[in-house]
Amino acid sequence: MGAFFAVVRRDMALSLGAGGGAGLGVVFFLSVITVVPFAVGPDLVLLARIGPAILWVGALLASLIGLERLFAADVEDGSLDALSLSSMPLELTAAAKGLAHWLATGLPLVVAAPALALMLNLEPAAIGAVVLTLLVGTPAVTFLGLVGAAFAGAFRRGGLLIAVLVIPLAIPVLIFAVSATSAAVSGPVPFGTPFRVLLGLALFAIVLGPVAAAAALRAARG
Amino acid sequence: MTVPPITALRGEGLSCRRGFKTLFQNLDLQAEAGRALVVTGPNGVGKSSLLRILAGLLEPSAGAVRLAGCAAEAGLREQVHYLGHDDALKGALTVRANLEFWRAVLGPTGLSVDEALEEVGLGGLGRLRASVLSAGQKRRLAIARLLVSRRAVWILDEPTTALDVRAQARFAAFGRAHLAEGGIVIAATHAPLDLGESAGLDLTAQGSNAAGADLGELEP
Repeated sequence: MGAFFAVVRRDMALSLGAGGGAGLGVVFFLSVITVVPFAVGPDLVLLARIGPAILWVGALLASLIGLERLFAADVEDGSLDALSLSSMPLELTAAAKGLAHWLATGLPLVVAAPALALMLNLEPAAIGAVVLTLLVGTPAVTFLGLVGAAFAGAFRRGGLLIAVLVIPLAIPVLIFAVSATSAAVSGPVPFGTPFRVLLGLALFAIVLGPVAAAAALRAARG
Repeated sequence: MTVPPITALRGEGLSCRRGFKTLFQNLDLQAEAGRALVVTGPNGVGKSSLLRILAGLLEPSAGAVRLAGCAAEAGLREQVHYLGHDDALKGALTVRANLEFWRAVLGPTGLSVDEALEEVGLGGLGRLRASVLSAGQKRRLAIARLLVSRRAVWILDEPTTALDVRAQARFAAFGRAHLAEGGIVIAATHAPLDLGESAGLDLTAQGSNAAGADLGELEP
């Protein structure tokens, strides 16, 4: 377990340190949510209705920022070779890197969401539901993103590949997160029904993402 | 000398194809504990590919790498140090943090971080960011990785690049000490490296023929 937390600590120190780019996602999220009311116009009812969806689209895209460097940096400087020789399997290394990435870039989105939700005229119940779905859903997006990050690292291709690979995989997360939120506000389905599916999707992603990422890294090693 | 946990590393019938080119075919080699194996040959002949195969970082197109000895079943991955062309350092972290990271990841079985920094001549520089080090100092920090975690097999690809003459001699001394403890050293190098009595493997002779390795003696 020492090796696992060493990877988590190092990756967090790297992304939170100078030039690490952890703040980029939150700034992007903030920009999207700030711009939307100007584009939609001063219709508070409309804003409140589409607010959860806007927040989720912003968070989804913000979660993808920085993924393309997640493995590429370690491939380029030789760290991945040495990491491969740890007694810890490559799957756990990938999971540790995913966890660190989420703590540094995903968790701030969840924390910023309530303040941004106020700008979209969301009622308290909707804010609670959005924050809860983001707390469960953003790890799912990050861990699905590990697959794209591994491909980007292995084949030295940048961000476009990530968006093309990861967004289709993240669509179910988006659907169930937004439907859970609207269920909490207007019904008729109880909040728990889509939320449990979202939980299932998150667990699925957290287990399978690192396995697929490790397989991609191994396959491309040369 | 006690019996080392790993007595030999063997490559059996190794072949390597990159694209359409066959770098070597049906290559047998053996590196014994206490005796370095020095791989030589011109650029592009497949030295780095061979070393990556021996470290388990690259799948050979045919053949297998095996360890002999009582600790052999623990697997290649946990017995091997691989020092490649890249130093595997993060410039944004301090010298100390870099080495502490590798000590935790590779297993804290060797020297402490401070002792290892002292050994490679970086004592007192632990608080600097690794990005401000010179190329040679970065190399020394990469070498310190071999010292903080004790592993039987050292696989070294041009280990002394960027090192000055004194640091090269110091590194050769680390290698000899590792061999004296019953370790295995496999090195590809252009610069002469005094690793004591060693076996040589010239990859030029391999080409695409099916001959076994030429395990002639090299005078130290």
